[in-house]
Amino acid sequence: MKKLATEERDGMSTIVRTVTRWVSAFIILYGLYIVAYGHLTPGGGFPGGVIMAGGFVLLMLAFGKKRLTALLPVARASALDCLGALGFWLLAVAGLVFGGGVFFRNFLPHGLRLRLWSAGIIPLCNVAIALKVTASLVLMLVALSVLRVKAGGTDEDFVSDIEEE
Amino acid sequence: MLMNLIVVLLMFVAIGAVIAIWTRDLLSAVIAIGVLGFTCAVVLLLLRAPDVAITRIVVEVLLLIILIRSVLRRGVRTVESSRSVPGMALAGAFVAVLLVLGVIAIRELPPFGEPVALMGLNEPAPTQPLEAGGPKQEIPPPSQTYIKQGLEKTHSGNIVTAVLLDYRAYDTLGEAAVLFTAVVGAIALLRRKSRKPPSPAEMAAGVGGSEDR
Repeated sequence: MKKLATEERDGMSTIVRTVTRWVSAFIILYGLYIVAYGHLTPGGGFPGGVIMAGGFVLLMLAFGKKRLTALLPVARASALDCLGALGFWLLAVAGLVFGGGVFFRNFLPHGLRLRLWSAGIIPLCNVAIALKVTASLVLMLVALSVLRVKAGGTDEDFVSDIEEE
Repeated sequence: MLMNLIVVLLMFVAIGAVIAIWTRDLLSAVIAIGVLGFTCAVVLLLLRAPDVAITRIVVEVLLLIILIRSVLRRGVRTVESSRSVPGMALAGAFVAVLLVLGVIAIRELPPFGEPVALMGLNEPAPTQPLEAGGPKQEIPPPSQTYIKQGLEKTHSGNIVTAVLLDYRAYDTLGEAAVLFTAVVGAIALLRRKSRKPPSPAEMAAGVGGSEDR
């Protein structure tokens, strides 16, 4: 019961939690759709990534910071962030290596036009950017909201709410 | 009509920016930034740029939530630092200089909405080499080239994505690098512990360690 009480204090009411449990999955799914179809319809890696980060933010608001950091620890989020950035850069370098010495050369086969599997490296770039943006924004939220400085404190007083418990 | 509407909305943007800087209440500043951002999104929609407008709206919603939450969570509600008169005068002078330079630069631009920006006035465009016989041949502007050849060359149905990730992928790489640097900076400034091994005093107090970055 004590654990439940702690969670109640940290997050929002049961109604919000129940709705969030359903809606956040759909928000993240919609973000994935925006990313996957970025080369065909309005959207792309950046908006899709932000929408997915919005799903995580909703989870955090409804269930509290513990749930978010359990789902996506800071270390893993920063690893995903780096993975996205590195992946995008590696795709560009792969064009340099496999595509005849041109940075960002679209070296993959183009596939059928206006289908999901088409346009060579562009969908892969979208996925890398989406990974990067999602992880970046969740990290930004953690940096601004979870880690905090006590008001009027000195440098010694950097406090993480998670560790206060 | 459309241009007048956009001018009015851009004035909202300017007012929002000024209020965000001027007010001492952090929550008001956050809301003013929200006004600025959503007005920008409406302007982008009016300019028929749905891709950018989607991004802008979602970013604004997220930013508003994150900033309001972080403001409400902290004890600090107002900015208490006093404003120095010389600093404000300097800032005003800087803005005035930028404004004059901006007006001069905008005079040089082609009229709004007319794709007449020529690609390579003195040299032939790389995609469409000039024929030897025609010295006065019209060189298509890059926007027309993108629209006409985008699907063929990049195989991407969405022309905005084709520009962002193929024609102008260098810019996108730079943008990703900017975001990366911003997050690295925020985490480095706001983290609790360094990666250095904790001092004996910290060990005794039970804090320290390197598990939390």
